[in-house]
Amino acid sequence: MIAQPPPKADIIARRPEIIAGLRALVPASGLISEELRLKPYETDGLPAYRQIPLAVVLPETTEQVAAVLAFCHKNGVRVVPRGAGTSLSGGALPMADSVVIGLMRMNRILDIDYGDRCATVQAGVTNIGITNAVSAEGFFYAPDPSSQLACMIGGNVGMNSGGAHCLKYGVTANNLLGLKIVTMEGDVLDIGGAHLDAAGYDWLGLMTGSEGMLAMVTEVTVRILRAPEGARAMLVAFDANETAGRAVDAIIGSGIIPVALEFMDRPAIHACEAFAHAGYPLDAEALLIIEVEGSVAEQDDLLGRIAALCEPFHPISLRVSQSAEESIAIWKGRKGAFGAVGRISPDYLCMDGTIPTGQLPFVLRRIGEMSDAYGLKVANIFHAGDGNLHPLIMFDANLAGNFEHAEAFGADILKLCVEVGGCLTGEHGVGVEKRELMRVQFTDIELDQQRRIKSAFDPDWLLNPSKVFPLVDMPVTAMPGTAMPVAA
Amino acid sequence: MQTNFSSEQLADPNTASSNQVLRTCVHCGFCTATCPTFVLLGDELDSPRGRIYLIKDMLESGRPATEEVVRHVDRCLSCLACMTTCPSGVNYMHLVDHAREYIENTYTRPWHERMLRNVLQLVLPRPALFRMAVLGARVARPVRRLIPRGSVLGDRVHAMLDLAPARLPPSSDMQSPQVHKAEGTRRGRVALLAGCAQTVLAPSINEATIRLLTRLGIEVVIARGVGCCGALTHHMGRHDPAMASARANIAGWTREIEGDGLDAILVNTSGCGTTVKDYGFMFRSEPAEWAMQAERVSALAMDISEYLATLDYVPTREAPGLRVAYHAACSLQHGQRVLTQPKALLRRAGFTVVEPLEGHLCCGSAGTYNLVQPEIAGRLRERKLANIAATKPDLIAAGNIGCITQLSGGVPVIHTVELLDWMAGGPAPVGLPAAVAVPA
Ligand SMILES: Cc1cc2nc3c(=O)[nH]c(=O)nc-3n(C[C@H](O)[C@H](O)[C@H](O)COP(=O)(O)OP(=O)(O)OC[C@H]3O[C@@H](n4cnc5c(N)ncnc54)[C@H](O)[C@@H]3O)c2cc1C
Ligand code: SF4
Ligand code: SF4
Repeated sequence: MIAQPPPKADIIARRPEIIAGLRALVPASGLISEELRLKPYETDGLPAYRQIPLAVVLPETTEQVAAVLAFCHKNGVRVVPRGAGTSLSGGALPMADSVVIGLMRMNRILDIDYGDRCATVQAGVTNIGITNAVSAEGFFYAPDPSSQLACMIGGNVGMNSGGAHCLKYGVTANNLLGLKIVTMEGDVLDIGGAHLDAAGYDWLGLMTGSEGMLAMVTEVTVRILRAPEGARAMLVAFDANETAGRAVDAIIGSGIIPVALEFMDRPAIHACEAFAHAGYPLDAEALLIIEVEGSVAEQDDLLGRIAALCEPFHPISLRVSQSAEESIAIWKGRKGAFGAVGRISPDYLCMDGTIPTGQLPFVLRRIGEMSDAYGLKVANIFHAGDGNLHPLIMFDANLAGNFEHAEAFGADILKLCVEVGGCLTGEHGVGVEKRELMRVQFTDIELDQQRRIKSAFDPDWLLNPSKVFPLVDMPVTAMPGTAMPVAA
Repeated sequence: MQTNFSSEQLADPNTASSNQVLRTCVHCGFCTATCPTFVLLGDELDSPRGRIYLIKDMLESGRPATEEVVRHVDRCLSCLACMTTCPSGVNYMHLVDHAREYIENTYTRPWHERMLRNVLQLVLPRPALFRMAVLGARVARPVRRLIPRGSVLGDRVHAMLDLAPARLPPSSDMQSPQVHKAEGTRRGRVALLAGCAQTVLAPSINEATIRLLTRLGIEVVIARGVGCCGALTHHMGRHDPAMASARANIAGWTREIEGDGLDAILVNTSGCGTTVKDYGFMFRSEPAEWAMQAERVSALAMDISEYLATLDYVPTREAPGLRVAYHAACSLQHGQRVLTQPKALLRRAGFTVVEPLEGHLCCGSAGTYNLVQPEIAGRLRERKLANIAATKPDLIAAGNIGCITQLSGGVPVIHTVELLDWMAGGPAPVGLPAAVAVPA
């Protein structure tokens, strides 16, 4: 279990006064302060970590967000931004002395410009909500986290989220044009805009993936793209994880970039089939879902070449989707994969590391061996094309010690990723989950530089301060606030 | 998800079942996005995941329910969109049913809510009383301006008066217990749940169903002793009256199953269908004989469209060239996962079927929801009607009397079976404007 920094006693003592102050800033239904009603806000997509916050506010406008932040700044109250609360790394986990600012009421589409191919939406619009708003005109928003039905664009910016189709289209950072942000002091700033390259520092780059630690995002301008002429998915089944891993390496090595190249192993295939009835091959040990786009002729050509590249690895079956309904079912299964694992295990821990694709066969074999050694089952579901692994470690939270055991296994997997030349996170962020592992990847000097950036935005370390950076052994630098969080 | 129940708590079959449901939930949050109340209110507490969490805490603590929890559970429509969305297969229906019963047993509602619920429980399942109440509402309508809006009570009285139809159709003999013989050679034998409120509000639905089935060679039994399905009280958390209704129906149908036999038990009010299909679960810890009979009834239960899809329905009238917006009732699409059959049948009957956007969102009817939560129900109705209007339909087809009442007022809303019966030789549905009812 990763420790939380101790709450500030003075803030806890002033709770009634702080709540009264907040009450004046948002509509009545937008302030939650009773313990029973705060409880559902104690966690996010990583429910093993829980902490009831001081209060929750649900602002409806940028002005309300600014007022709440300014108030918290003045009173030294910590703040945890929250979108849909689907973070798998505990990014939206509250602190006992923090106010959670949830943006789910800010769910309006503000402007769509098909000529300039961009859309401006409030931070609480869901990822799929953007595509739904523009699909009638033949457009879509490309980054597609599996959680796209629920997760919100503000959270996507916070985590620099990716998805199956990011192999071709890039992640959130590559599709972002502008942001309206509110600083901890309550100042509202517009950065970027409808153009790709703005003068000055790359503020957008800095904000993307900053896990709610630099500023709050209230509006987002994204690039929308014209939907491709057509797309088709192919299912290629193998009799071993490693063989499938080698096939991935061969495809990527050939220079072909499919729009999506996804991997599922046996437990995942069975769980997803039970949910989506997509006709996944139940006799397979590993399955690749490969999607290509373009005209029918282009699709045929690419699928033919990919099939030929798979041939030397003796796939046990190869099926091309024959209809739009079939493709929808195939993706419904893949996108529901994590949840579907809930059918075969009461709890899971979803890991998120990235490795060079050439290391896939080795890493998959090592994960299998570790799974035996730890005595915990693993379902492997991941974006194979860009080497972004999501091993799901299955455990039972009702058994004492089982979660800690799963966490230790997870840490070993992530260390392995770093050892083979990869990194700790692909797209789920560091959050609280991987905070202490940051030292595996970065030196103290590197971490300290990163902390200085946070201090420049938020000198008092009030914005989501318990995430990303290891709490103990923190080097004290000249920057104020960098020594802030110290665990007991 | 981790749960925290003692072994004594788990000895209670309801708690044991809820524990299983909670353990299946992985807290991924997918369900929030398709929940009508979350979409409108933007608060985790009014989302399925938030409700699951509130209910988990209430059940684990063993404390009596409190106003904070009741408020959010009451706002749940039981539309079950969350169950369609959930990749993990969480049975939210069983969890919320348990929560409602727990609330009913441990929480004292304000007097006006208790009164409203008592009245609904008394009146709605009893056709004779219901008829009188609707007539009473007609009488009361002119004086409604005297009832102030803005208070909880005033708004609810208005909601009731608004929903009461301006006039009632005459009652129909076809709905009372009897056997309707098949035309020609008999190809099957089914029981039809005539229902309670529906028999008063729109007897034409049962009449159309019976005509259509007998014409297709099916003998239709309205079994003696069968009445309200129990959904109404079940969703209020009132266990005993719900079980009593279900028991009467199981007994009535069992006599038929063990007598001349039944191929199916048909329901043409999908809200009731979901409940009849759940009798097996509701009776799981009753004595073995009852549990078996309930299981058998649930296994035979089918929505009318599911059954019709297995027969060879052919229209006899010329295609009327009408655009029909198909409104998928939540109980059909989410509760029973009957998705394609109604649309396929309507197309076969010669209609052009269009599907409004946001088809997964509830229209706000949800049993008695529009009476107890008029504000949210009203917003959902407006949203639904706007999405339907965008498809520019001539008619709206739906398979549930609740939705039909909720959506009526503008474009005619007609039960799917009435449209099918019409195209197969039956009379033009009531409510169809003369201009629309073209084909001879
Ligand atoms: C089943 C499942 C599948 C998933 N699949 C994927 C996947 O394929 N790819 C992927 O990348 N992720 C995936 N995720 C992880 C998660 O959905 C993403 O990280 C997502 O971007 C989080 O969005 P959210 O709205 O839920 O944000 P939250 O979880 O509420 O918050 C995420 C972080 O962003 C911060 N934040 C939120 N809103 C704001 C704001 N307006 N301003 C500033 N900071 C903010 C929070 O403080 C937190 O640190 C998955 C999660 C689940 C449960
Ligand atoms: S979608 Fe299912 S598993 Fe996920 S939070 Fe909702 S009920 Fe739980
Ligand atoms: S049943 Fe409907 S209203 Fe209730 S939680 Fe599920 S989706 Fe929301």
